[in-house]
Amino acid sequence: MIIDLPSTTTAAVNKALIDLRESGGAIALGRVLTLVVVADEEHAEPAIQAANDASREHPCRIIVLVHASARGGARLDAQVRVGGDAGASEVIVLRMFGKLVGHGASVAVPFLLSDAPVVAYWPGEPPAVPAEDPVGAMAQRRITDVAECRTPVAALRDRGMSYRPGDTDLAWSRTTLWRGLLAAALDQPPHERVTAVRVVGGSDSPSTDLLAAWLGLSLRCPVTRVKARAGVGILSVRLVRRSGPIDLDRPDGATATLNAPGQPERRIALPRRTTSESLAEELRRLDPDEVYARVLTKGLARLTGPRPGAAAAEG
Amino acid sequence: MSPATWHNPLRDARDKRLARIAGPCALILFGVTGDLARKKLMPAVYDLANRGLLPPGFALVGFARRDWADEDFGKVVYEAVRENARTPFRESVWAQLAAGIRFVPGEFDDDAAFDQLAQVISELDTMRGTGGNHAFYLSVPPRFFPMVCQQLARSGLSQQAPHAWRRVVIEKPFGHDLASARALNSVVEEVFPHDSVFRIDHYLGKETVQNLLALRFANQLFEHISNANYVDHVQITMAEDIGIGGRAGYYDGIGAARDVIQNHLIQLMALTAMEEPVSFEAHDLRAEKEKVLSAVRLPEDLGRACARGQYVAGWQGGQLVKGYREEEGISDSSTTETFAAIKLGVDTRRWAGVPFYLRTGKRLGRRVTEIAVVFKRAPHLPFARTATEELGQNALVIRVQPDEGVTMRFGSKVPGTAMEVRDVTMDFGYGHSFTESSPEAYERLLLDVLVGDPPLFPRHREVELAWEILDPVERFWARHGRPDDYVAGTWGPASADAMMARDGRSWRRP
Repeated sequence: MIIDLPSTTTAAVNKALIDLRESGGAIALGRVLTLVVVADEEHAEPAIQAANDASREHPCRIIVLVHASARGGARLDAQVRVGGDAGASEVIVLRMFGKLVGHGASVAVPFLLSDAPVVAYWPGEPPAVPAEDPVGAMAQRRITDVAECRTPVAALRDRGMSYRPGDTDLAWSRTTLWRGLLAAALDQPPHERVTAVRVVGGSDSPSTDLLAAWLGLSLRCPVTRVKARAGVGILSVRLVRRSGPIDLDRPDGATATLNAPGQPERRIALPRRTTSESLAEELRRLDPDEVYARVLTKGLARLTGPRPGAAAAEG
Repeated sequence: MSPATWHNPLRDARDKRLARIAGPCALILFGVTGDLARKKLMPAVYDLANRGLLPPGFALVGFARRDWADEDFGKVVYEAVRENARTPFRESVWAQLAAGIRFVPGEFDDDAAFDQLAQVISELDTMRGTGGNHAFYLSVPPRFFPMVCQQLARSGLSQQAPHAWRRVVIEKPFGHDLASARALNSVVEEVFPHDSVFRIDHYLGKETVQNLLALRFANQLFEHISNANYVDHVQITMAEDIGIGGRAGYYDGIGAARDVIQNHLIQLMALTAMEEPVSFEAHDLRAEKEKVLSAVRLPEDLGRACARGQYVAGWQGGQLVKGYREEEGISDSSTTETFAAIKLGVDTRRWAGVPFYLRTGKRLGRRVTEIAVVFKRAPHLPFARTATEELGQNALVIRVQPDEGVTMRFGSKVPGTAMEVRDVTMDFGYGHSFTESSPEAYERLLLDVLVGDPPLFPRHREVELAWEILDPVERFWARHGRPDDYVAGTWGPASADAMMARDGRSWRRP
């Protein structure tokens, strides 16, 4: 069900929510968190879709703050979606016009679930320092997506400089399956030291940068980050050991092969992750991700090869 | 470096995102034509693959008395996956899984078939890289266990090797009494070391059951009132709305108590009543469960503390259904119970005097499993007697299935000018969201087997303790005539209500 409330106030929207609850049964009971999505018109709808999918794992209230237009008088258009139109969540879309555009946090406050954690999510360009943004400051956890920024590699560098505990980025969750496979590969004997690492991925792939940085930091060895053409994501990882290299390759973005010395080639499906899968993973934990923090603030700087950010500077 | 001192530098306790992915391995499934394999096991394998939790090169081998080639079995798995998998279907995931599917036709007494199985598995080790790590899932009736285990030993498949593991997974029923459980166990443990035997009780893989541990031991709110000072009694119910379906051959002669109480309900009781384990490691968790099970005692007068029933034809949920003795393959004179209720005590300081009522049955009012902790009334009520006439006892209910969650029941004032207190409920529910996306019990348990993580699997000692509790009841029933009739679609025989009424209590309608 979708209810439109044009040119309205937060009090009226709240009343509509209570009416809905009285007429249609429990809403927002058992919700485990409030997800505040801050987006422009272009990013809003795909983000709602991804959040709805993620809500099947994490029942939540989704507040979408849409910066509609800075022109004209201050105005708030609201839309409430429940039931089939909202996954396992309820969605409150708040379109802001005119001067209201700069005051999204004030619009979101009346709708935050009491006592439940708040997660902020910017599916497009995030603020310069998410933790100091009025919406970000209310949130325990702030999710950005540098891959959706105009210059992803530069945006990743910015995330490193503005990092505060609780920040996270979908580029990092996109590396999780790779990291899991690599860790599992090292679980197997022979348990030798990795002496060098080579990571290949798209020149514009922040996930490749993060994966390379994580490997360098954890394995304490030199890492070469090789840039392939833009748009291909992570392509391959080679871990060099005395007995021979471990190679994990995903040339086609769907199926990977794992090769280790003296062992047959092993294949596994490793599709590129969807935004909703990454978002669901982000919502699984709400405490600061210390590993991400170290990779972002220390690991990236250690990468050899063209430094992250250099390519963006050229463009 | 030895595995004991070696630490994988890519693993960091703070890195909670990294999933547990099993090492290279193959799953060998006996009984691929069964319901369980089709509805649960094969879909669970696919879902694990889709979540990226299976290792590269994973292989699935089927063994059955069917004239199938690898492709035929692949088609069976494909259909099971399309029909019953919980995660979306992805062609690339399926293609990788399908490439590792093999089938070996044969009977359990056919040496040649098992030699061929050994051959297929060793090819997989070299071609797919399953690394000599094999899990054998015996989804077959227990009477075949001896034969299959002997064949696995004879063909060298159960042989433990350095740097590789061999595990066996068995399903309930673990025997039909203490003696047969011991016999069955010795057959299996003759071939596999005891720490390689995984006994599946799928209830323990359910999120809600694990949540019971979180509820009790992660919160300050509940644990200090979980004792005889505050708790009046506990009711553990597992009700099914279905009849015995096509399971006549298995069910007749076994009955509800052996089928459900001995494993699921006693395990749920152990988790509800046990003390806090010092850690959630397998050893510590099982130690607490065994401790509390060893303190369980039956009432002296079994006739007053138990009830059993058998469903007769009736209207259930708008359908006229057959009685148990009219089901296909059941004799007119069968005395097998389809409903069982027993009262148990726990001889510990915490639970002294608090009865645990366990009940289960088929063709009951609806399908539901729950643990209800019912509290004593407040010692003093500062209201007029008329104000609290409608106030019942507070209750904390853990809803295991369906509609997983927690309900709290307490008194609240009825709106109006007069003071009147009535029971209300407060619900926590993950609702449908929970069941849609969270791993299914079999996914969790299969992964635990492949990773080698045993806390959720009962040890043989627990199985024995459960039989020690149930055996006297079964002997009592065997001597005392036949079960009472109850009409299908109701909540069991009148004798079950009478059993509660004798204690001045009544069953919750779940």
